[in-house]
Amino acid sequence: MNPVATTFFFYFLAIMAIVSAIAVITRRNPVHAALSLIVTLLSLAGFYLMLYAPFVAAVQIVLYAGGIVVLFLFVIMLINLEQNIREYQFNKQWIVGTIAALALGGLLAFVYRAGRDAFPSVFYSGFRGLEADNTQQIGLALYGQYMLPFEIASLLLLVAIVGAVVMAKKRI
Amino acid sequence: MGEITTLHYLVVAAGLFIIGTVGVLTRRNVIIILMSIELILNAVNLNLVAFSRLYGLHGQVFAIFVITDAAAEAAVGLGIIIAFFRNKETVNVDEVDLLKW
Repeated sequence: MNPVATTFFFYFLAIMAIVSAIAVITRRNPVHAALSLIVTLLSLAGFYLMLYAPFVAAVQIVLYAGGIVVLFLFVIMLINLEQNIREYQFNKQWIVGTIAALALGGLLAFVYRAGRDAFPSVFYSGFRGLEADNTQQIGLALYGQYMLPFEIASLLLLVAIVGAVVMAKKRI
Repeated sequence: MGEITTLHYLVVAAGLFIIGTVGVLTRRNVIIILMSIELILNAVNLNLVAFSRLYGLHGQVFAIFVITDAAAEAAVGLGIIIAFFRNKETVNVDEVDLLKW
């Protein structure tokens, strides 16, 4: 089966994801940052489609781009940021922070270079092929092998709901 | 150009991870910091799904768990931001020093 992951689409999505991610951390206005975040998330959903993970791509669009970013936008609208936009946006340690993050990048590059021979499978470019029952397989895994983590995740969401309400309420 | 291997996806994910780390370490606005954490979680998700191409479906299941955690974290974090803004009228992390004594 021919892979849909053409080289052009990969580089297009990669450039879009990286550029909009840089926009997220450099924009002064948080609304612009949130909109750039949507672009990053959508290009990642494109990656998931190229990797034959349609269910994760759909969850990414519905939950991330449709849910979490809207939550961010709501909070940005709720609190008054006009004062903040006029202030300096980077903290005092930004040089040290950037150097530390770039050192982390150097470490990752070193690990990728050094571990190349140990993991030849990362050079595999083939595909297992599109499984038409991808969603069904994920559902079976979630309710079979991963049932306990699934229940713990639902409990975590319940705790998060209660916590968010308690946190944002004026008086309890 | 050549074929797109798993390593290409790993490099993109590493780039997103680094950008997210820079955002967490350098920005003052706590909302942007939460967005940078979302970037980091997405980089991890891309790694998981890229490896699920080689090793079966487990990576995709884990990616769904990570998305669940991201939703919970965003809800609680934004609740904290609202509660803090009500008290201090600011969202700058270097002015969050109520417990620092």
